[in-house]
Amino acid sequence: MMELDQDSWWMVGMSFLVALPCALLGVFLILRRMSLVGDAISHSALPGIVVAFAFVGDLSSPWLLVGAALAGLLVTFLIEQIHRHTRIKQDSAIGIAFTSLFALGLILIRVIIGDKVHLHQDMVLEGNLQHVAYAETVGVMGLDVPDSLIPAAVVAAGTVILMIIFYRVLTLSSFDSGLAASFGYKPAVVHYGMMAVISVVVVSAFEAVGAILVIALLILPGATAYLCTHRLKLLLVLSVLHALVSSVMGMYFSVWLNGKESAGVVVAGTGLFVLAWMFGPADGVVIKAVQRRNRKLDEV
Amino acid sequence: MMWELFNVGDVLALSLSQKAPIAAICVGICCGLLGCFVVVRRVALLGDAISHAVFPGVVAGFMWSDDRDPWVIFVCALVAGLMGVGVVRAIVTSTRLKSDAALGIVLASFFAVGVFWNSTQQFPGVDGFLFGDLTTIADVDLWLMVGSTFAVGMLVCMFLRPFRVLSFDEGFAIGLGYPVRFLNGLFFGLLAFAVVVALQAVGVILVSAMLITPAATAYLLTNRIQKMMGLSVLLGVLAALGGWYIASIDVRFQTGPVITLLAAFVFACTYFLAPRHGVLAKYLRRSGMKSRVHRENTLKAIYRIIEEDGFKSSGVGVERLAEVRKLSFEQVTKDGQQLVRNDEASWEEGKSALYLTSSGWRRAAEIVRNHRLWELYLTDQADYAADHVHDDAEQIEHILGADTVRKLERDLNFPQFDPHGKPIPNLETTLQMEKAAGKQEETGY
Repeated sequence: MMELDQDSWWMVGMSFLVALPCALLGVFLILRRMSLVGDAISHSALPGIVVAFAFVGDLSSPWLLVGAALAGLLVTFLIEQIHRHTRIKQDSAIGIAFTSLFALGLILIRVIIGDKVHLHQDMVLEGNLQHVAYAETVGVMGLDVPDSLIPAAVVAAGTVILMIIFYRVLTLSSFDSGLAASFGYKPAVVHYGMMAVISVVVVSAFEAVGAILVIALLILPGATAYLCTHRLKLLLVLSVLHALVSSVMGMYFSVWLNGKESAGVVVAGTGLFVLAWMFGPADGVVIKAVQRRNRKLDEV
Repeated sequence: MMWELFNVGDVLALSLSQKAPIAAICVGICCGLLGCFVVVRRVALLGDAISHAVFPGVVAGFMWSDDRDPWVIFVCALVAGLMGVGVVRAIVTSTRLKSDAALGIVLASFFAVGVFWNSTQQFPGVDGFLFGDLTTIADVDLWLMVGSTFAVGMLVCMFLRPFRVLSFDEGFAIGLGYPVRFLNGLFFGLLAFAVVVALQAVGVILVSAMLITPAATAYLLTNRIQKMMGLSVLLGVLAALGGWYIASIDVRFQTGPVITLLAAFVFACTYFLAPRHGVLAKYLRRSGMKSRVHRENTLKAIYRIIEEDGFKSSGVGVERLAEVRKLSFEQVTKDGQQLVRNDEASWEEGKSALYLTSSGWRRAAEIVRNHRLWELYLTDQADYAADHVHDDAEQIEHILGADTVRKLERDLNFPQFDPHGKPIPNLETTLQMEKAAGKQEETGY
C-alpha cells in the first residue's frame, strides 16, 4: 500500500474543503434542473475576477470573490432576461450568456492586465492543487496549516451554515416554488441568493481545480447520490460522502499514476458515479434490470 | 537577398490572411446550419459538452501516433465526442437524471479524464487543440474544414425534411415512419463531427458560441426554419469575418473571443429590436393593447350610462362617467382626451361632457355586444352560473373578432337579451344611434 506524505494529505484536505460546499449546493442545482447554470457561473466569473483585479491589483484579495459573485449574478440575470422575454429556451440562453461573458473575460485579461500576471487561460480552466504544497503555513491549534486552506475553510463553513439556516426555504422552493411563494418566501430572492453563494464557492475553488473541473465537483456528488436514494437529507449526506471519498481516492490515484491531483479527484468522482449508475440502490441499471426480471417472473 | 526575404514575408502574410477568413467562413456555415436544429431541439449545450468531451480523445491521438498525424488525432477526438453524446443519451434514458445534469457530468468528467491522462503523459500541444486559433491554422486542418463544411451542408440539405420534423416533434417523426434512431444518430454524429472540426480552428468556447448565438439570433427574426438557417449561416459568417478583422487590428485581441463578443453584440441588438420577437416590439404591442383596452372600457361605460338614460342623447357628463368608472375626475378627463384624440368622442365646450362620434358609438356598441354575447354563450352553452360570467366576458370582449361574433350570434340564434336581461345591441339599433350621433356631430350638439 502506498503512503501519502503530509503535503498530499493537505491537498486532500484542500480538495475536500472545496468539494464540500460544491456538493451541497450541487444537490439543489440538480433538483432545480439548473446544473448547467453552474457551468455558466464558473465561466462567467472570469470577467468579474479580472475587473476586480484591475482595481485592487492583488490576486489573493477577497475583492476578487466579490467581483466574481457579481459576475455570477450578472450571468444569472442575463439568462433570466433572455429566456423570460423571448422564445429562446433556457439552454440556449445559458449558452449565449456564458460564452460572451467568458470571451469578455479573456479579452479583458489581455487588454487590462497584459502578461504581467500569471492568470492564464489553461490555469483558469484546469487549476492546480499543488499550490497547497508550496504555500506559506499558518499555525492553527498547534498545526502548521497551509494558508490557502484558510479561505477555503471559511467559504466551506459559511456555506454549511447558510445551508442549515435556509434549509427549509431551499427545499421548499426547489420542489414547489409556488408553495414557497405562498408562504411568503420570495422565489427570486432565493434564486439569486443561491446563485451568489454558488459564485463565491466556485471562485474560491478556481485556484484549486479550475473552471471546468469545478462543474464536476458541483454536479457529480449530487448526481451520484441521486441514483442511490430518494430522500433529500440522505442525498445531502451521501453527496458529502462522495466529496470526501473522491478527494482521498483521487489523491491516491494521482500519486499512483503520477497525474494531476485536481483531475485525479474528479476522475475518482466519475468512477463513483459510474458505480452508482450501475449498482445504485434507487436508480441503478442492475437494480432496475433485476426488478424487471422479478416482475416478469411474477407474471409468469 | 533582401528581395527574397521580402517575398517570403509577403507570401507568408498572404497565405495567413487567406487561410483565416476561409476557415472563418467554414465555421460560420457549419455551426450556423447545425446550430438551428440544436437551438430548436433545446439541446444547445450539447455542443459545449462535446467540445469538452473530446479532450481524452485528443490525448489518445497524441499517444498513439508518434508523428502527431492530424488524421489519427481527428478520428480519436471524433470517437471521444461521439462517446460523450452516447453517454449523455444513456444517462438520460436509463436514470432519473435530467439532460442538464447528464450534459454537465459528461462535460466535466470526460474533460477531467483528459486532463488527468495528459498530466501523466505530459504531451506538449494537447492544450493547443482545445484553444485553437484561426490565425495559426494548418493547411491540413483547413482542407479538412472545407471538406467537412461541404459534407455537412450536403447532408443537412438532403435530410432537411426529416431533420425538421424530428426537431419540432419527435413523436410525429416516429408516426410518419421515419427511421428516428438512424436520423438521431446521423444528426448527433454530424454535430460531433462539426464540433471537432471547428474546435481546432477556434477553440472550445467559440464552438459553443458559434453553434448557439447566430442560430438564436435568427430564431428571433423568423418563424421559418429555412429562413432561420439562411440567416444563421449569414450571421455566423459575418460575425466570424468581422471578428477576425477586428482581431487583426490589435495583437492583444484573440480571434475567438472577439468573434464570440461580436456575435453576442448582434444578438443583443436583435434581442431588443427584432420586429416581432424583440423585447421592444413586445413592449410596444403590450402597451398598445393596454391603452386600447382602457379606451374601450371607457367607451363601454359611456354606452351603459346612455343606455340607462334610455338612449336620449349620445353624450355623458364627465362627473357621471367618473362615478361609474370609479376613477378620479382628472383621470376620466384624461381618458376622454384619449377618446377625442382617437376621433371616438368630442368634448362639449369647457370639457364638462363627452359626445361619442359615430365611429366611437360603433366601437362602444361592438364592445357591449361582445360582452353580452359572451355572457350569454357562457350561461347557455357552457353551463356557467349567471353571476360567474361577467369577469370572463370583461377579458374576452376586447379580443373577439368579427367572425367569432357572427358565429356566436348564429349559434345563439340571434338573441335579443343577455342573461341579466339587458338588450344586446344589434346592427339595427347601432345604425340608428350612429345616425343620431352623426346628426349631433353635424349640428355641433
